[in-house]
Amino acid sequence: MADYKLRRSLLYVPGNMPSMLQNIPLFQCDAVQIDLEDAVPLAEKDAARILVRRFLDNYKNRNKEILVRINGLDTKWALDDLKTVLPAIPDGIRLPKADSPEIVEHLDTMLTEYEEELGLQVGFFKILPSIETAEGVLNAPKTAKASTRLIGLAFGAEDYTATMEINRTKTGEELFNARMNVLWGAKAAGIQAIDSIFADVNDMESLRKETELIKKLGFTGKCMINPRQIDIIHDVFAPKQEEVDYALEVIEAIKRAREMGTGVISLKGKMIDRPVVVRAARVLNTARAHGMVDVVINEEDINGTE
Amino acid sequence: MQILKKGQAGTMQSSDLMVTVEPADGLSIEIESTVKKQFEHLIRARLEATLSKHGVSSGKISISDRGALDYAIEARLEAALQRAGGV
Repeated sequence: MADYKLRRSLLYVPGNMPSMLQNIPLFQCDAVQIDLEDAVPLAEKDAARILVRRFLDNYKNRNKEILVRINGLDTKWALDDLKTVLPAIPDGIRLPKADSPEIVEHLDTMLTEYEEELGLQVGFFKILPSIETAEGVLNAPKTAKASTRLIGLAFGAEDYTATMEINRTKTGEELFNARMNVLWGAKAAGIQAIDSIFADVNDMESLRKETELIKKLGFTGKCMINPRQIDIIHDVFAPKQEEVDYALEVIEAIKRAREMGTGVISLKGKMIDRPVVVRAARVLNTARAHGMVDVVINEEDINGTE
Repeated sequence: MQILKKGQAGTMQSSDLMVTVEPADGLSIEIESTVKKQFEHLIRARLEATLSKHGVSSGKISISDRGALDYAIEARLEAALQRAGGV
């Protein structure tokens, strides 16, 4: 089962801007992705990775997950990115253009070498691969199982629509199939599914609609380019009080059912059986991560005992 | 290391600084800063510590600072040194 670490909001921060980097401790997002790739001009790749290294060296009391988006493994910068940044111990690497499982495996091997060199436990550095090309989408289910370091699959709609030679719209019909393949891949592998950025920072209403849509589909988090987008994303992902109340009732109902020797029971006219209980457990686990309840739902609550 | 040629790194954005290093016989450090009055001694100390960490004993170092914190001063100087001959 996937862990319940909240990754609702993953904020990109340009790697070559001190004014943004030093605000990282203040942002209220769950994770940041310090960017050495698209946000850094070619002539500044060397300076940006040094800046990120020194920033992280000095950011000791970390209050959120820190990922670094390196340049693609097919570029001449990726190795230096890893070599410079990993000794500052980020939590993981956001891997662009993860078009195939082999690319993830390649990074996995390199991370193991750095962990041995740095005296860290093997598997310490996590990987969040970007699924952002047609090929990447086709391979997503295999990529999702390429390494035990994966915390999720991240869909990158901007690059994806570019490789598809189509425009990205605010309603996102053109992304449905790709999003579903990423979701199926992630869910089948038991890891999280993270959606793409929403580029228009002035259109909060469309951001909310898109976040509601992707939550409905099964994504558990969304990337962002501006801290102003954090509140809406958290609001959408927060379980509603009535969902939490209902989930608690479901758990109580199934316990009563089992006491009566059955696996199915009616609650307010609706049938409660195992799949309903599984969904309720997920709501309660998310609510717990939000600090809304303190019940711990275990396998026994979901499945009963033999 | 030695400064073999001119090297520059950084930007003129707020919280950043521009560092220029050039080959020279002795060591000189020139500081221009929006917060020079209050912080020149701290900026100089950070530059000197970074230079000594990389074994740089000669060169002309000039910076134009826009209120950068220590980590940025260190990083921009290191990038300029790397561009000037390889750290």
